[in-house]
Amino acid sequence: MAVTLLAQSAEPSCYSRTVNEWICADYLIDRHPELVDATVQHLGITVVSVLAGLLLALPLALTARRYPRLESSILGFSTALYTIPSLALFPLLVPFTGLSPLTVVVGLALYSLTILVRNALEGFRAVPDEVRESAVGLGYSPLRLLFRIELPLAIPVLMAGLRVATVSTVALTTVGAIVSYGGLGNLLASGVQQDFKAQILAASVICVVLAVLLDALLLTTQRVLTPWTRGRTA
Amino acid sequence: MNLLGDAWAYLVDGANWTGTGGMLELLVQQLLLTVTALALALAIGLPIALWLGHLGRGGFLAINISNMGRAIPTFAVLVLLSVGPVGVGTLGPYGRAGLATLIALVLFALPPIITNAYVAVREVPPEIREAARGMGMRGGQVFRRVEAPLALPLVVAGIRLALVQVWATATIAALVAGPGLGRVITDGFYRSDYGKGLAGAIVVALVALVLELLAALLQRVADPMRAVGAEDACDSASDDGSAATVPSTLDDTAEAGAPRPTGHA
Repeated sequence: MAVTLLAQSAEPSCYSRTVNEWICADYLIDRHPELVDATVQHLGITVVSVLAGLLLALPLALTARRYPRLESSILGFSTALYTIPSLALFPLLVPFTGLSPLTVVVGLALYSLTILVRNALEGFRAVPDEVRESAVGLGYSPLRLLFRIELPLAIPVLMAGLRVATVSTVALTTVGAIVSYGGLGNLLASGVQQDFKAQILAASVICVVLAVLLDALLLTTQRVLTPWTRGRTA
Repeated sequence: MNLLGDAWAYLVDGANWTGTGGMLELLVQQLLLTVTALALALAIGLPIALWLGHLGRGGFLAINISNMGRAIPTFAVLVLLSVGPVGVGTLGPYGRAGLATLIALVLFALPPIITNAYVAVREVPPEIREAARGMGMRGGQVFRRVEAPLALPLVVAGIRLALVQVWATATIAALVAGPGLGRVITDGFYRSDYGKGLAGAIVVALVALVLELLAALLQRVADPMRAVGAEDACDSASDDGSAATVPSTLDDTAEAGAPRPTGHA
């Protein structure tokens, strides 16, 4: 995308090197394809990572519940992962996944495990024993018990974890810029190298807006999925 | 796995560790940054949070500041600060863009410290607080002799979270030409010297795990319940800590507000 910075008109635009303003409408108009591309990549990486994390977290939580002796190892492993800085974790994955979006997705999915496994486990624990026993008494098979009774009842706690994981994943995706797949982080990285203020501010703001929007979306989803909690929560 | 071989070669070459810009210097720089930022954040955050917790006010802010901190990308804040007014030049032993990095680190260390310290004081059972008042303790005494000791483990858990956060953010600072070990990673990746980048990542990750272990040890020492068996909260005879220590190092609930495993009286 070779858009020259040299102004087409006589007057320098507010994002030219000589003016370099933080807030610049011309930048948003002229460069919006670039911004949209970066946002789409950002969103894609975030969504895939969190979904992958969720798909990993549920079996891990079920394993921890089924075998209590493994619980501390599983929780310890997912917590230890979180202590590794993102800028170090992505390079550590490169020998296995290469310089690809997969590196970022795997890294972020691993990070999301810290919160998701813990919340999934607590969500399953929040299911009252009487409810579980009633279902067994009614002849529910273990699988049907899981999908029809336990999972729906675990949703409030699980969704709380999913919201936290999603919001922090949106923020962490930017660090993927180290392998050139950081969504809006790529714009931040090139912005800081070129001292391009309009681009830096725009990418930062979109990133925060993205996190807030996804959080609101998940909250709405949770309300729709768990109509029985609506009367209780404020 | 040629990449891992390159990383190993970089790590075992002593020349990469010594001298100016060597990994030892960068390591010291980053540790110095981390410790300073954590100390500043504690000096700012702890008094406010503990005081708010003692008064029972400002809970909405104290709890939501962590959620806000999560939504804001550290990378973006580092970039904004370094391109902004505080980003130019060096700051003594903290190296290039040191001031911008230091401010960003303090900002990101504050949320876990504030949230945990506030929740820690609020979670002191009201019966205990009332009993202390009933014994004639004043507000300050209740805080010093009852609330603070009981709140300590959760406060330390917050410091531990903050430490992890600060070390990670200090690493990311290298993406905006900041100081510290992250530069080995960014240099390696930006110049297609992936072995070097990987070597830097290995050192950063190892130090992170060591810091986490140290923090976990500190947390264990800070727990007044550590010597007390899970069943009998009154038996304080054995304080060597060997008997029935409830929380293990890593699986401990570090999330603010999570119920801690204390003895059921």
